[in-house]
Amino acid sequence: MTSAGIRDRVAIVGMGCTRFGELWDQGTNDLLTDAAIECTTSAGVAIDAIDAFWLGTLGAGNSGITLSKPLKIGYKPVTRVENFCATGSEAFRNACYAVASGAYELVMAIGVEKLKDSGYSGLTGIHKVGDGTNASLSSPAAFSFLVPAYCHKYGVDPEEMGSVLNRIAWKNHQNGAVNPRAQYQKEVSLEKIAASPRVAGQLGVFDCSGVSDGAAAALICRSEDAYKYTDSPLFVKGLSLVAGPAAGAIDPDYDYTTFEEVVRSAADAYQQAGVTDPRSQLAMAEVHDCFTPTELVLMEDLGFAERGTAWKEVMAGTFDRDGELPVNPDGGLKSFGHPIGATGLRMLFECWLQLRRQAPPERQVATVTEGGRTLGLTHNLGGAPGECVSFVGVVGTEPSD
Amino acid sequence: MEAGIVSWGVYLPYWRLERQSIGRAFGTATGRGQRAVASYDEDTTSMAVEAGRRALAAPGVPEPADLFFSTPAPAYLDKTNATTIHAGLGLSPDTGAYDLCGSVRSGWATVQLAALAGARSPAMAVVSDLRTGLPGGPDETQGGDGAVAFVFAPDGGVTERLGHASTTDEFLDRWRVPGESTSRQWEDRFGEEAYLPLARSVFGRALTDAGITASDVDHLIVTGLHARAVATLKKALGVPGDRVAPDHAGLIGNLGAAQSGLQLADVLERASVGQVIVVLEVADGADAQVLRTTAALPAVQDARREAGLRPVAELVTEGRSDLAYAVFLSWRGQLHREPPRRPDPERPDAPASLRGEGWKYGFNASRCTACGFRHLPPTRICLSCQAVDQMVPERMADLEGTVATWTVDHLAFSLSPPLVGAVIDFDGGGRYRGEMTDVDPESVAVGTRVAMTFRRLYTTDGIHNYFWKARPVTDGTIGEPEPVQPGAHRAEGAPAS
Repeated sequence: MTSAGIRDRVAIVGMGCTRFGELWDQGTNDLLTDAAIECTTSAGVAIDAIDAFWLGTLGAGNSGITLSKPLKIGYKPVTRVENFCATGSEAFRNACYAVASGAYELVMAIGVEKLKDSGYSGLTGIHKVGDGTNASLSSPAAFSFLVPAYCHKYGVDPEEMGSVLNRIAWKNHQNGAVNPRAQYQKEVSLEKIAASPRVAGQLGVFDCSGVSDGAAAALICRSEDAYKYTDSPLFVKGLSLVAGPAAGAIDPDYDYTTFEEVVRSAADAYQQAGVTDPRSQLAMAEVHDCFTPTELVLMEDLGFAERGTAWKEVMAGTFDRDGELPVNPDGGLKSFGHPIGATGLRMLFECWLQLRRQAPPERQVATVTEGGRTLGLTHNLGGAPGECVSFVGVVGTEPSD
Repeated sequence: MEAGIVSWGVYLPYWRLERQSIGRAFGTATGRGQRAVASYDEDTTSMAVEAGRRALAAPGVPEPADLFFSTPAPAYLDKTNATTIHAGLGLSPDTGAYDLCGSVRSGWATVQLAALAGARSPAMAVVSDLRTGLPGGPDETQGGDGAVAFVFAPDGGVTERLGHASTTDEFLDRWRVPGESTSRQWEDRFGEEAYLPLARSVFGRALTDAGITASDVDHLIVTGLHARAVATLKKALGVPGDRVAPDHAGLIGNLGAAQSGLQLADVLERASVGQVIVVLEVADGADAQVLRTTAALPAVQDARREAGLRPVAELVTEGRSDLAYAVFLSWRGQLHREPPRRPDPERPDAPASLRGEGWKYGFNASRCTACGFRHLPPTRICLSCQAVDQMVPERMADLEGTVATWTVDHLAFSLSPPLVGAVIDFDGGGRYRGEMTDVDPESVAVGTRVAMTFRRLYTTDGIHNYFWKARPVTDGTIGEPEPVQPGAHRAEGAPAS
């Protein structure tokens, strides 16, 4: 894939992120309003100052009117985008390109989802029925395919695997416990995680991200204008999104221990950003831990661990908040739930806080404050193993030359 | 002129219900034994497809030019059910497919009709029944579910017909008003009194027509839903007890319309050349036919064994009997079980189902003629070599495969949770992600061998959503892949011009 990228040509100069959770008292319009206002306030601008908008949502509404109506946007371009669970990142990516092209000076990417009004468990309503032959597997079931396949390939005992997955959940809940925006702000013991009721395959309730409502927004401008809005912008280093040919679902060569889409999008984003050794260069990573085995496999696909070794690294604490490479320091989808359109921008919000040393001291990652690293990664995945879209983005505090 | 039987297929569902589990639920005594139970995702049509597949799986069986289907429990009215069976079997579009549904006795007529039609060109009869009754009642306890299929052809029959007789009388033995799920019966002794003289008369006339006496009968099959009349007749016709064919009712129950076919198949699997078989069925009268096995029988028996087709004598002893009575009741709609907190499935779209007929009903992949890669579901552009519209449809339904990975889904909608999902890699190429059925979730592993089975996934707005599922291989290979005739099905890979 040839992608020149837009390294350091645009910058994030403001962000907002609502609390995520079962927000019975807030509708889509409230969430969009709260995220947008926090975002514009952080950059010291009014909504009127923004030239164009990209709204990411899977199901909160169709068309740009979903945003222009509550924000009372006056006759501006508003684009509504959807790309499965990478929707929030997709809104951000397209907004960045619009600025990089020179078409606009200041744009907003905003994502929202209002899931809890449906009354159902888990996510619903993504697939069309058609001829009725699509397997009606739930998302946790589709991702649970990873577990026996990984165990089989690398000779990991299923019980040991259970401990690995439990630790991923435990780690992300530890991180979420000290984050006031998280859906779940409580530590959960390994014993409780292990004893949770089964949802699909080897996955229990605590192996699954929650279902929540939320919204997040980012304000993007040309890098040369960034310091007009903030003393500490985040520069966009690399953006990659790939949609796979759904090969894994029909190709017997696919073994359900990797996401080829992630491998490709990571390589592309790293190349754009000049990242050669992500494990030592990144200060943190926000990855798509929709289910615990997803995070496990992502550690290998994103190049944070050698093939077949991520399970050991997890147990060694490599990806803990105080580990070698903190992964999901904000608590991840595990603690935030997954309001689809908002998630990618929520991840970016954690980079916004951590890389700019604005996270509260109790959860500020030392890779920034002591390690002096300046780069953060966000990763979104939409679909299921063998059939997905993947986004990888890299942002950093320092403009390169 | 009538054709002889050239092949047969018997399908018994995977599940058995212990009769004592019914008694335990009601705190009453119930007879011992089991009954065969169609699973939550089966109906008379899906079982008919399975019986038909087994009848066509033996080598050298001619493709039928006509398909006749009968059941007292049709999945659809107005709409033909035989068309679903026709599509599930992947038969040529130039095949006739007809229902003769309603009464139990129409099953007999269906087989006779296929025998007549088979004299002209090969014909298939499929009879399927799903016997339900009110909870705790005799129909529920003594009934059984299953399907049988026979193929008749002008040549190569393993049977020839020596004689037959029928008699008809109008009386109320058993009846069911359309829309009701269970039938009603008059007093048992009344039906017995009515049936016995009719059956005796028919038996005698059939023997006379064949020019034989009762002592010439090697196998006597007596069937009917009136258990008392059938039991009496078995002893009253002058045929020694050791020549009366077993009904297997203790193991699977009475299959109703499909019972005489089940027993005939059983006899054909054991009979030797030149033996006389009498089939007598009591239903709103009585019918009898006298058959004699031909010299073609041993070769057909051998071929069926080699094809891995299991005999009835084995099938009736198999099945899984740890079915909870409450689960059985929920499957039959007698108990409304709390579903997962998920939206109900939407009805399939009729146009999409027609476009995808080869896939949905025939389980046809598209195979790239440029590189050989198989696509499930069919696609037009090859994943492997990107060739465009170079596909041919290929039937995968009769291939076995291996589980690459699997899961037990407690969240997804299912008529009987949990749903077991699996990724299946087919022998010779092709991968499919779908549902498993007839499976103990504890026993699935990477490497489990599976075969495909035709099922009813769910019903919404009165539309039955039929499709294929995988199940662990239990009854042997049911056939090698057969090339699909070009144009036999509209596959997405080969759009109809």
